[in-house]
Amino acid sequence: MTAPTITGVTPDAATQRDIYRRMALIKANDERARKVIRAGKLVLPYYSPRGQEVIPSALSVLLTNDDYICTIYRGIHDMLAKGVPLKDLWAELAGRVTGTCKGKGGPMHITHPKSGVMVTTGIVGSSMPIANGLAWASQIKGDGRVTVAYFGDGASNIGAFHESLNLAAVWKLPVVFVCQNNEWGEHTAYEKATSARQIADRAVGYAMPGARVDGNDPFAMYAAAKDAVDRARAGGGPTLIEAMTYRFHGHVLGDADAYMDKARKEAAVAADPVPRFRAHLIAEGIATEAELAEVEAAIEAELDEAVAHALASDYPTVEELACDVFAPEAVVGEAA
Amino acid sequence: MSDTSQITILQAINKALTDAMAEDDSVLVLGEEVADPEEGGIVGVTKGLSTRFGPHRVRSTPISEQAIIGAAIGASLAGFKPVAEIMLMNFTTVAMDMIVNHAAKLRFMSGGQTHVPIVIRTMTGAGFGTGGQHCDYLEAWFAHTAGIKVVAPSNAADAYGLMRSAIEDPDPVLFIENLPTYWTPSAAPQPGARVPLGKASVLSPGQDVTVIAYARMVQEAQAAVASLKAGGISAELIDLRSVAPWDRRTVLESVARTGRALVVHEAVTPFGVGAEISAVIHEELFSRLKAPVKRLGGAFCPVPFSKPLETAFAPRAADIEAAVRSLLAAA
Repeated sequence: MTAPTITGVTPDAATQRDIYRRMALIKANDERARKVIRAGKLVLPYYSPRGQEVIPSALSVLLTNDDYICTIYRGIHDMLAKGVPLKDLWAELAGRVTGTCKGKGGPMHITHPKSGVMVTTGIVGSSMPIANGLAWASQIKGDGRVTVAYFGDGASNIGAFHESLNLAAVWKLPVVFVCQNNEWGEHTAYEKATSARQIADRAVGYAMPGARVDGNDPFAMYAAAKDAVDRARAGGGPTLIEAMTYRFHGHVLGDADAYMDKARKEAAVAADPVPRFRAHLIAEGIATEAELAEVEAAIEAELDEAVAHALASDYPTVEELACDVFAPEAVVGEAA
Repeated sequence: MSDTSQITILQAINKALTDAMAEDDSVLVLGEEVADPEEGGIVGVTKGLSTRFGPHRVRSTPISEQAIIGAAIGASLAGFKPVAEIMLMNFTTVAMDMIVNHAAKLRFMSGGQTHVPIVIRTMTGAGFGTGGQHCDYLEAWFAHTAGIKVVAPSNAADAYGLMRSAIEDPDPVLFIENLPTYWTPSAAPQPGARVPLGKASVLSPGQDVTVIAYARMVQEAQAAVASLKAGGISAELIDLRSVAPWDRRTVLESVARTGRALVVHEAVTPFGVGAEISAVIHEELFSRLKAPVKRLGGAFCPVPFSKPLETAFAPRAADIEAAVRSLLAAA
């Protein structure tokens, strides 16, 4: 991990600390989630983002709450990096009425417009067509907002990817397509499912800039994200970023992950980007051990509070089944 | 067509879009060929809009139905009211994920934080020899999905009024236009007049039987009702206008009086809208029925090409008249 030398592209010290705080939050949150689920305190389908912390952390420091993201079922890191409050998030994971979506969306559909999380989809590839529409809205308004669509390598083989990249390029939309290539589409390895040598190459077919970067290197990821976000804000159109990473766990919690090569996985875990960046910050004098320990302790305390809040919250009442299907005033003619 | 108080359904929809866009800057139009350089739509429904309202608000798209509906959904989440055209109803099948998993569900799944005020315009209907993939009525698929409304007007005034209401509705509305009757003239709408979603229209009052229809089948039913009247049978004709939600009150009130009901649609009969309406009538009015509710729909096959087969596919006035007579004979 070496800071790139291009002037103006290296994140400053405060930004590096900010990136680390988001990474540490994602890692701690994941460890807590797996622990709470394994302890039987919560039951939910859980798609661990462990190992992919850098990507949304290095990108989100370039965004504000006004910028939009659309993400996917393995997207809890994207939400946390973007700023979804922990208490609201955990209450949603627990299906409680205090959750972001009153418990009605759950882990695969977390939505939090206040922090710009507009859609979380459980359908592979479907973050992208909707991201285009948000970006179209910004283009019409001229509000300078950027929309980020997150998706995995598996999603680059579904039609929605191709339709979306083409439309975004034709309309020159302020959107950044971020493919988190973790080498696995559910249980299938990249090379068994994807014809392209690299997904970034697919940008060529849509006449947009495409870059493959080390998505576990905060400097590389920040530089690529800044290039794409700046281009989108300036009206220069979309970018495809292929951020290389590795999924530390199986597709879903409980999956035995026997299909994953052990040596490859061990190597990836040994190169865990979170402690690596932590060591870098200390070695470079960007932060002290004590400062980072304090950040981590604060995260743990916040997690304690969020989990307790979630578990103590009420479930939604059954009346919620009939609520939010349509706008409240809207069901004309139904009542006989 | 020299009568200026009459306009076609096509003109009515064009006028509704024009008036809505003129009144509200947040109304957008997108779809294949909708802008004027592409001739304002395959039959000109959106002609003139891009010239008047500009390329930001009126955009022709690639032939990419998922991208079209996705763009509409996204723009709606950011405060716009997009009207997306999926040229033909069969092409909605290519965008079902966006329509069913996203447009219809985001309000609920977000706990009401977001909603999707889009209109999806689509045209369909047998009669032009387009065969099995260009003219199906698939409204039951969407009516079966919580979170989306479905309307299918049969005349110009309703087309105008329902479009104005659909655009203003805070939830997604599928707006079904019948292709073969686009050019049929009928009474012009009052400018700005809205037709509420979910409200049926009683086209002709009657005592002996209730005929419930929508879209092109209303025109067939009107001919049948006129013929029955000449034979001394008084049929009440209800144009449903909205398929989902449908106007239970008007339908049940009518059938409670007549004791007999026939539901007619162009879509195939099994598992169709007629099945739902028939079931509700039986549940609510069983003891007052003089005969079991009857359904008439398209033949249970893909729409055929060959002209005699295509003509025989959908119910016609004579079929409706015969069905009504059999209902009365059953009493």
